[in-house]
Amino acid sequence: MNFTRRNFISRLASGAAIIVAGLLKPILAFADWNVDAFNAETESDALAKFFPGLEVTPSDAITIGVHDLVENGAVVPLKVNTELPNIESIAILVEKNPNPLIANFNLTPACAGFVATRIKVGEPSNITAIVKSDGKLFSTTKFVEVIEGGCG
Amino acid sequence: MATGIRIRTSTKDELTTVQAILKHPMDTGNSRDPETGNLIPALFIETVTIYHGDKVILTCDWGRAVSKNPYLSFSFKGAKTGDTVRISWQDSNGNTESKEAVIQ
Repeated sequence: MNFTRRNFISRLASGAAIIVAGLLKPILAFADWNVDAFNAETESDALAKFFPGLEVTPSDAITIGVHDLVENGAVVPLKVNTELPNIESIAILVEKNPNPLIANFNLTPACAGFVATRIKVGEPSNITAIVKSDGKLFSTTKFVEVIEGGCG
Repeated sequence: MATGIRIRTSTKDELTTVQAILKHPMDTGNSRDPETGNLIPALFIETVTIYHGDKVILTCDWGRAVSKNPYLSFSFKGAKTGDTVRISWQDSNGNTESKEAVIQ
């Protein structure tokens, strides 16, 4: 083997890269987080990246429980209920937020069609819940008036 | 960073409802420190996994616009009093926390 200084350094670097990749792997396995979708700046872009190739159909089998008028946009209580069968996931989007995709919940068959959380809403905006049921996407939208925005 | 997970459960008609508060700043990266005027770097929970016993029953992917000290509630069936529910999260810096509760 040819032991020049350059050769040694390049071997050292590639060895280090392999070790680092090995260390990162378990973390990545835990967090399969969709960076592109969560960083998307429009609702349509977020949807295209989160649910590639799927169309969204409006449905009245989904309800968004949220006040029509909220004073403090930093803490907006919100719940989503749905009667749809075989629910795989429930996603929440706020159209006017800098990054519209807020959250996605992956349900298992043991779960009821319900999730609740609290979200930040930067300005008056449409809020959309998207439910994946039997492999198809269904949505409902509700407008929320915000007095003091909460994206700070 | 103050952390902590609080879990409450209640069971009615074979449906167990879990309510949890995960203590976390959920910094968006867009706000400034009121004293120094410097941007506070983004730091938020990205994934939450909920187990019933050792089985995963719900996973969450969150962005930066879930409110500070996130609240989460959901319901599931198939649990008995004395079973356990475990919630664990990982944030954008790789910090993790986990907590188990006994179902009431």
